[in-house]
Amino acid sequence: MAVEKEKLIEMYTKMLTIRRFEQRVAEHFAAGKIPGFVHLYIGEEAVAVGTCANLRPDDYITSTHRGHGHLIAKGGDLKRMMAELFGKRTGYCKGKGGSMHIADVELGILGANGIVGGGPPIAAGAALSAQYRGTDQVVACFFGDGAANQGTFHEGLNMASIWKLPVIFVCENNHYGISLSQLKHMNVADIADRAKAYDIPGVAVDGNDVIAVYEAAHEAVRRARAGEGSSLIECKTYRHRGHFEGDPQVYRPPEEAEAWLKKDPLPRFEAKLMEMGVLTGEKAKQIEQGIVAKIDEAVRFAEESPFPAPEELGDDVYTA
Amino acid sequence: MRKLTYAAALNEALKQEMRRDPAIYVAGEDVAKYGGIFGVTAGLLEEFGEKRVKDTPITESAIIGSAVGAAATGLRPVVELMFIDFIGVALDQLFNQAAKMKYMFGGKAKLPIVVRTTCGAGMGAAAQHSQSLEAWFMHIPGLKVVMPSTPYDAKGLLVTAIREDNPVFFIENKMLYGLEGGVPEEPYTIPFGQADVKREGSDVTIVATAAMVHKALAAAAELAKEGISAEVLDPRTLTPLDEESIINSVKKTHRLVIVQEAVKRAGAGAEIAAVVAERALEQLDAPIARVAAPFTPVPFSPALEKAFIPTEERIIAAVKEVVG
Repeated sequence: MAVEKEKLIEMYTKMLTIRRFEQRVAEHFAAGKIPGFVHLYIGEEAVAVGTCANLRPDDYITSTHRGHGHLIAKGGDLKRMMAELFGKRTGYCKGKGGSMHIADVELGILGANGIVGGGPPIAAGAALSAQYRGTDQVVACFFGDGAANQGTFHEGLNMASIWKLPVIFVCENNHYGISLSQLKHMNVADIADRAKAYDIPGVAVDGNDVIAVYEAAHEAVRRARAGEGSSLIECKTYRHRGHFEGDPQVYRPPEEAEAWLKKDPLPRFEAKLMEMGVLTGEKAKQIEQGIVAKIDEAVRFAEESPFPAPEELGDDVYTA
Repeated sequence: MRKLTYAAALNEALKQEMRRDPAIYVAGEDVAKYGGIFGVTAGLLEEFGEKRVKDTPITESAIIGSAVGAAATGLRPVVELMFIDFIGVALDQLFNQAAKMKYMFGGKAKLPIVVRTTCGAGMGAAAQHSQSLEAWFMHIPGLKVVMPSTPYDAKGLLVTAIREDNPVFFIENKMLYGLEGGVPEEPYTIPFGQADVKREGSDVTIVATAAMVHKALAAAAELAKEGISAEVLDPRTLTPLDEESIINSVKKTHRLVIVQEAVKRAGAGAEIAAVVAERALEQLDAPIARVAAPFTPVPFSPALEKAFIPTEERIIAAVKEVVG
């Protein structure tokens, strides 16, 4: 599949933005400026970007506890994201949600989610809504290998399959449910095989190859928009960081991590783009500088923004 | 006024609201062709078609979760949870997703969802189809909790629930479905957080919910024969709770008996008692009494079930105790 040059650069820029954003989050978390739990997306950038590159602004996504990458890929604003991570009033959720609950309903981002497996039923509902309203909007539902063992995975895929709902179920198989290896948490090698249980297409792809993800998602999105129903895409990937920042990672063999680091999606894509003549060293440097400037601005915005006032605690529980 | 059963009143509310607003759809187990296990959604499929009246698989998490996704993107789902007891397999989608989404998103989500469900013992349905779990939902900020006791309230409160932009947990007592009462034909709303005095009295306040309202009324009629004037007050919605009306009634009668079908421990009655203790303790001439089910699962055998459900006799005894 030939992907336009501009699209390739856009995808590269998004992936690098996610990487640099997350690296900066790690620094500020370590410095004690970001409270709570953060689950970083470093290493999995190709999944969010390859998928969301097929989406329109009016399409929806449901995200996970490891959601920063999905949000950036769907067009989330870095300043409001960073401010939310810092717990500031100017953040996406006015400081009420934090890392695990960032949402931008206007951009179709129906929220990160602190509950593993929380997303598939919600994604089915958003897709039902698109179908009901007669639009051709689609929903990308991101979840991990751990969530693929939850009952909600089955319920969401079953509902989406019987009603031919326009959902692209995107499993980010990073091979660990927190500390438990996929080898110990399920009896199948390919989660994509579970699609057979719903009679929907299931495909396993190299989740560290953004073009492979893009192509699989392209077909699934086409199918969903055409009213042909949902699909399951399993993207095999690896998180470079722990489950959360501060995770001692006693459960991962160093040689396994080393092998995966060699398959890092960013240098791979960069080398490919250079080989294709789409990207030059100079251009890459420019992109990097642009991203760093934006992240600097986001951090400055977050640091300079006020915390919410204690009186705001009770706001937004109910719609008046 | 024209008379309808509680079930028919709910059915009429659904039909009238669905005619008014095309964004409303109904989904749940056996709600379409079957018309609902207790008949509340009868005739909806015929009038509104499969798009708006959807039979779902037996899939409670996806029933409630899909309502969340649909509501967040512009629809107004009214979904049925066949028995309140089934919430156990779907609770996350209700209390972590539906109830918290608006808050977690900093106010930028609107979730007009009604989850209709049934509660209550009395038909030998045993421990997993008979509970009264309303207190669980009162404990969750972001939800509204409704428990109508009459056909009139059922219709008006359901219309309000459907027009609400918040998730509403709407609890129907299955033993009331056949109860008849006056119901206006035109649509009307009953504001949430407005208790209703079902019988006026001056010696004691009986706060009762759902089916217990009728037992309290029967008890009050008996007590009147003995010269005891009992006021029966139905909060109708537990979140929001009309504290003012309860307090005002207690200020008048100076005695309080709370009746609920749920087990006593940590029930809605405990909250109501705490509110009165906090705000009007000095008004009380006697300790607050609670009439509730014992701390057991709901039993099957009619002989045991009868002993489980609070009775008119127990209400009368409790009133006599506090009236002294």
